[in-house]
Amino acid sequence: MKKVFERTKGLTEIPMRYCPGCGHGVVHRLVAEVLEELNVLDRSVAIAPVGCSVFADEYFNCDAIQGPHGRGPAIATGIKRVKPECIVFSYQGDGDLASIGMAETIHAANRAENITIIFINNAIYGMTGGQMAPTTLLGMRSTTSPHGRTVEANGYPFKMCELLATLDGAVYLERCSVHTPANVLKCRKAIKKAFTYQIERRGFTMVEIVSQCPTDWEMTPLNAIEFVKTKMIPYFPLGVIKSPEKKESPKAKEEPVNA
Amino acid sequence: MGERNLMKGNEALAEGAIRAGCRFFAGYPITPQNEIPEYMSWRLPQTGGTFIQAESEVAAINMLYGATACGARVMTSSSSPGISLKQEGISYCAGARLPIFYANVVRGGPGLGNIAPAQSDYYQATRGGGHGDYRVYVMAPCSVSEMANFPKRCYEVGFKYRIPTMILADGLLGQMMEPVEFDFEPIDPAALPEPDWALGVRNGRPRRRVKSYDLAPGKMEEFNFQLEKIYDEIAAKETLCETIQCEDAELILTAYGSAARVCKSTVAMARKAGLKVGLIRPITVWPFPKKIFADAAEKTKKFLVVEMSLGQYVEDVQLSILGRAQIELHKRPAGGIPTAEEVFELARKMLGKD
Repeated sequence: MKKVFERTKGLTEIPMRYCPGCGHGVVHRLVAEVLEELNVLDRSVAIAPVGCSVFADEYFNCDAIQGPHGRGPAIATGIKRVKPECIVFSYQGDGDLASIGMAETIHAANRAENITIIFINNAIYGMTGGQMAPTTLLGMRSTTSPHGRTVEANGYPFKMCELLATLDGAVYLERCSVHTPANVLKCRKAIKKAFTYQIERRGFTMVEIVSQCPTDWEMTPLNAIEFVKTKMIPYFPLGVIKSPEKKESPKAKEEPVNA
Repeated sequence: MGERNLMKGNEALAEGAIRAGCRFFAGYPITPQNEIPEYMSWRLPQTGGTFIQAESEVAAINMLYGATACGARVMTSSSSPGISLKQEGISYCAGARLPIFYANVVRGGPGLGNIAPAQSDYYQATRGGGHGDYRVYVMAPCSVSEMANFPKRCYEVGFKYRIPTMILADGLLGQMMEPVEFDFEPIDPAALPEPDWALGVRNGRPRRRVKSYDLAPGKMEEFNFQLEKIYDEIAAKETLCETIQCEDAELILTAYGSAARVCKSTVAMARKAGLKVGLIRPITVWPFPKKIFADAAEKTKKFLVVEMSLGQYVEDVQLSILGRAQIELHKRPAGGIPTAEEVFELARKMLGKD
C-alpha cells in the first residue's frame, strides 16, 4: 500500500484534548507541517498560552514554553533577542491576545520583533466555559453576555489584523479560516508565508484564524461551521490585510488648512 | 578589580550585574531606580547584550521569563509598585525553576506612596511575593559596594539551585554615592556552559519544555515538596549574616539594608559610651539566619529591631528568638529614616542607662 499521508514530525504523539469540531487541532497540524517543510523544527520554540491550547507545549515537537495569560509576545521577545537564530512563535487565543495581552501584542508588533503569532479567533473564552471575548460578535450570547453582546455594555469586537496593520513593525497580517478544506489549504499557505518572512527577518508576522468552538457556541460542529461562514467571516473578512507584497492603499487626501 | 570608583548605588548595581554576566535587561522607568535602566541602555550594548525598555513591568518580567528559559543571565529592576506588577511572572519563574534576577529599590507605600526610601516590601520579598508556595533568594545590601558585588552571588545561587534571586535595596542605597571596588573578575557568560534545561537550537537533542503546571493528580503536591527540599538546602548552605560585637553584648541591635548602616553608627556610639551593644545584620533575608539569633538569645536578653516599615522584618526576629529575649521595635515607615542618635537613645533606655 502506498502511504499518501502521515503525521508530521512537527507534532508529538500525545493525543490532543480538543473538542470535536474545534479548529485548534487543524491549525496545530498546519503549523507543525510548515515548520517541518521549512526545515526549522530543530530551532523552533513554541510558546503556549493560557486557554484551550495551554497544553500546546505538549503537542508541538520542538522546544516549548508555557507562559502567563496574554504574555506570549513578551516571552517571544525575550527568547528571540537572546536566541535570534531560533524561529519563535506565540500561539494564542482571542482572550490571551486581545484582552489581557493587548499591550504585549501591540508593542511586540510595534517593535518589529521577528516573531510569528498564530492567533485563534473563536470569539469566545473556551477553556473557562464560554465567557465573552474581545472578539465576541454583537448580539452573540456568552456566559457573561447572557442576553447578547451590546455596544452599550461591552463595546465592539476587535479586528486585530486591521488594528495591527497601522503599525510599521507589523509586516505581514493575514486572516484565514479552517471551516472548509479549501480554506484549510489557504491557511497553510498563509502560515508558511508568515514563517518564511520570519526566517527572512522582515519583522512581525501574524496569521489570524477564524475558528469554531462548537462546545461554547452551544452548536453542533456542522452548525458551528455554518456560523463561521454566515456570521464570523462577514465581520472578520478573510484575506491579506498587510504584506510586503501588497500595494499601499492610497493615502487620504489632506484637508486644505483654510477650508 | 583593584580600581576604586565613586558610584551611585543604582549604577553600581547595574555595573555589578553586567560584570557578573548579565546580557539581557528589560525594565520600565520608576523612581527611585531610573538610573538602572538608563545605565543599562548604554552599557549593555557595549557588551553585546540587549536592553529593552518594555511597555510595562508586566511585559518586562515576561521578557525575562523567555530570555532566562534560554539560559541567559538576565535582570530587571523596579520599585515597589512595579515589583507588585511583576509578581505573577516571578511566580511562573519559581514554578518553572528559572533563575531570573531582579532588584527592588523600595519606596514608601502603600499605593503610589512617595519616592522616599522604605523597607515596607519585606514580606513581599521574603514570602515569595506572588501566588503559591515558593521562595526567592533575597540579598539585602547596606552599601554601594554591596550593591555592586551582590549580583554575582545572586547569579551563582540562582543557576545552582534554579531559583529566582533578588536584591532588596531602597531609595537611599539607590541614590547614594560611595567608593566601589569590585571583588571579582568580570565574567563572560559566553564562556559558561549552557544549562541542560535551556531552550534553543537543538542540534538533534531531545526537545525541552519550560512550564510551571502539572494537572496530573498528586504531581503539583509532589513538585511543591521538591521545592521545599531545595529551599531547605539553600537555607543550610547559602545563608549570610554579619555580626558586630555580639559576643559580650547586653543589647543587640538588628536591622538590614539602610537601617543597618544607621545601627552600625549606633554600635560605635554606644561602645564609646561604654555600653555593651552589638549588631546582627542579615545579608540574606531569605534564607533568614535564624540560628544566629537563636544562639545570641542564649546569652543576650535584649534585642532592638530597627526597620523602615511598620514592622515586617521584626516577625522573623521574633520567630527566631521564640520568646527567650525581650524584643523592641523602632519603626520609621514610608520615608522615615532613623538616625544613629535616636536609636542610641532607645538603646540606652532599654539598658536602663538613660
